Amino acid sequence: MRGMEADRARWILIAVVVVAACALPFVVSSYRVFQFNLVLVYSIVLIGLNLLTGFNGQISLGHGAFYAIGAYVAAILMHHAGVPYWATVPAAGLTCFVAGCLFGLPALRLHGHYLALATFALGVAMPQILKYQGLEHWTGGVQGIVISKPKPPLGLPLTQDQWLYLFTLAIALLMFWIAWNLLRGRIGRAMVAIRDHPIAAEAMGINVAAVKTLTFGVSALYAGVGGALGAVVVQFVAPDSFVALLSISFLIGIVIGGLASISGAIYGALFIQFVPNIADQISRAAPWAVYGLFLLAFVFLMPTGVAGFLRLAWARLTARRAAAGGPIREPR
Amino acid sequence: MPVLEVSDLHAGYGRSDVLHGLSFSVEDGGITTVLGANGAGKTTLLRALCGLLPVRGSIVLAGTQIAGRPTEAIVRLGVAHVPDGRGTFLNLSTEENLRVGAITRRDRAEVARDFERIYAYFPRLKERRHQQAGTLSGGEQQMLAISRALMLRPRLLLLDEPSFGLAPLVVQDIFRIMRTINAEQKVSMLLVEQNASLALDLANTAYLLETGRVVMSGPAQELRRADNVRQAYLGY
Amino acid sequence: MEAFLHQVLAGLANGAVYASLALALVMIYQSTHHINFAQGEMAMFSTYLAWAMINAGVPYWLAFVSTVLASFVIGVVIERAVIRRVANAPVLTVVVVFIALLVIFNSVAGWIFSYTIKVFPSPFPSQPLFGPYISTHEAGVVGISVLVLTLLYLFFRFTPLGLAMRATAENPVSARLAGIRVGWMLALGWGLAAAIGAVAGMMIASIVYLDPNMLSGVLLYAIAAALLGGIDNPFGAVVGGLAIGVLENLMGAYVVGTELKLTVALAVIIGVLIFRPTGLFGRAFVTRV
Ligand SMILES: Nc1ncnc2c1ncn2[C@@H]1O[C@H](COP(=O)(O)OP(=O)(O)O)[C@@H](O)[C@H]1O
Ligand SMILES: [Mg+2]
Repeated sequence: MRGMEADRARWILIAVVVVAACALPFVVSSYRVFQFNLVLVYSIVLIGLNLLTGFNGQISLGHGAFYAIGAYVAAILMHHAGVPYWATVPAAGLTCFVAGCLFGLPALRLHGHYLALATFALGVAMPQILKYQGLEHWTGGVQGIVISKPKPPLGLPLTQDQWLYLFTLAIALLMFWIAWNLLRGRIGRAMVAIRDHPIAAEAMGINVAAVKTLTFGVSALYAGVGGALGAVVVQFVAPDSFVALLSISFLIGIVIGGLASISGAIYGALFIQFVPNIADQISRAAPWAVYGLFLLAFVFLMPTGVAGFLRLAWARLTARRAAAGGPIREPR
Repeated sequence: MPVLEVSDLHAGYGRSDVLHGLSFSVEDGGITTVLGANGAGKTTLLRALCGLLPVRGSIVLAGTQIAGRPTEAIVRLGVAHVPDGRGTFLNLSTEENLRVGAITRRDRAEVARDFERIYAYFPRLKERRHQQAGTLSGGEQQMLAISRALMLRPRLLLLDEPSFGLAPLVVQDIFRIMRTINAEQKVSMLLVEQNASLALDLANTAYLLETGRVVMSGPAQELRRADNVRQAYLGY
Repeated sequence: MEAFLHQVLAGLANGAVYASLALALVMIYQSTHHINFAQGEMAMFSTYLAWAMINAGVPYWLAFVSTVLASFVIGVVIERAVIRRVANAPVLTVVVVFIALLVIFNSVAGWIFSYTIKVFPSPFPSQPLFGPYISTHEAGVVGISVLVLTLLYLFFRFTPLGLAMRATAENPVSARLAGIRVGWMLALGWGLAAAIGAVAGMMIASIVYLDPNMLSGVLLYAIAAALLGGIDNPFGAVVGGLAIGVLENLMGAYVVGTELKLTVALAVIIGVLIFRPTGLFGRAFVTRV
């Protein structure tokens, strides 16, 4: 009984959020639409990183690199081959899936801090590789590549920003849905089992190497899809947009949003998009100090991330309602 | 007068209690044993006594209430714990392990004499004093754990299954030395054991623990003769 | 040949600094199993303190000692005020706390001292020592680092406090049962790490220049050094630091140029780690993430 009721509440909540997200571009300024568009882009990357780090226990401090690959694949295809923007998204995703699997294979040998270092090195190396002269014909070197903003199709009465936002929203919903299904199934259970009990997982007949490598690939795929969309949204790619700090921001995003939580990706994306701006408004002189204090505050006040905090608050609320004479519920 | 007096002690991990209101005491200068099957709560009891777990109830050590105090403070009042699994510092040498045991003491001359005393009880440790403790055998590590605790000059020694995992001859050796130490150093002992036969030989007083409750107590010789103890713990 | 030898020795001078910082990392790692990503920025901040004192007319060595002491106190305070609160949190939460500290130190240093680069004095003259291979200054950097490492070794090996810290790092519960105040040992470890970092910062600042971002790259090398040597092994950290200093310099001079040397050095390190996943001198590794 109770499970069904909670399920219904959850579906209603999701429906409300989706409707609100669809309505958003029609009620805020076009600059805000652009900002929220980036929130959607980041949320896609964060689900992917959460699959890898939160659910599978492989830390990555280098997802900015896959994001960059996705962005450059999109930019190069559009600029050099005239491929339409929507077709670059799956291409970027597939390229990153392959890149992720290739990186995931040697990463099998590394654990914990060692994996963190290896992935971080990838993040540090990416801008340098993108600047590399031998690739300049394709990548545009330090200058990068400028992309034109797509127009709404079929003469729809939307601004370019609104259209792009809705396009991104549709892909984000699809990616959330895929992640949700993936985690509910056999593979999802295998991922979590590997994180929690690697030896037992092996004994249970899970092909640990395959699952870990695939998770790396899928996670990179998410980053690539995000990167392609991000490039289209920003209309520009250049090596210095993909410095190591971007990878660190992604990691911050999943921790602040909530590790191993799908909805956490949204909170984390909001954090990495808006908190630096807020910090900048509070103190022009030392914005990053303010940002750091925000980080500490979030971690101290919500040690399990925003998603964990909300879950706890929700549980308290319903428990109190139950205690105040509602139908008797078994404790969780 | 008892050196330790426990009443209505509750303790556990997280929300659920493992100990449900224990009361018992340890006679000054004597050896008291708490017997119980695997999972009865013996290890939990010793952890609770030295402040490694949150507790409710009263724990009085030689007139001082110690319930709720931090472990470091309880240890400095003279409670030494030979933990489950021995707690050896595997990367330190045997001698360094003993020095850690005496780290709170300022009476250097006495510490030096205690080194000699301990090496006299356990000549094996003296032979291996510069060896990394991780390379000692199980029995030697148990001797080291007891010795490390003694270096504190405790008034009460808590011992968690010192016989566990050791060959019978080694166990006999260790128990014999424990008896000597008890007599010579006047240190009171609370010994927790699954091996009831050995423990009852050594102890003056015994308690029987079942799922976190004391179900029987009395002089060790009396418990030895009790039918249920014989059947369940002594096997005859 | 002469140039090659010079590159190697100059690499050793850098490597000595990486080794010191790596040792600071190992010190915190051993007791808490965390890599302090803010170690470099803390050292950078300490170096600014020294710079401010020297600029105000304080003699070099007095400023040096005061900075080391002040950094010790800062380290202890950070452990007590911030790190303690996340002692039982998941690893990634702690990582975020370290990142927060990193950006705070960086930003505050830029705010107080501005982002313009500054010249940091060296206590050693720059003329060559015994021929053209190494300058007195570089030799001085190596000498100071060796001195610090030796003092640390003596401290841990022969003092009761050092013993208590080693015991705490290995087995905190047993240490508490011996009456050691474990909380203070952790704070002390942070203080020592910060003090060592301060020395490393002052040494490297006199080789390069002083600016708020000067140690982010160095920290990466230090982390790599610690991991390469085996993160739980102080000796390994020192060897790793020296090896990376030399490797980096030779790569920059002969193989790829300064632009890509960071990337290539990291690639080499990762290559090594893939074949020796616990580092060159590490013990069997227990995953924590
Ligand atoms: N760290 C722990 N966390 C949760 N429960 C524990 C823990 N250690 C022991 N227990 C539980 O406490 C009970 C008593 O265990 P313990 O005191 O170790 O028994 P004994 O030492 O008598 O074998 C057991 O049911 C055990 O499952
Ligand atoms: Mg036990």
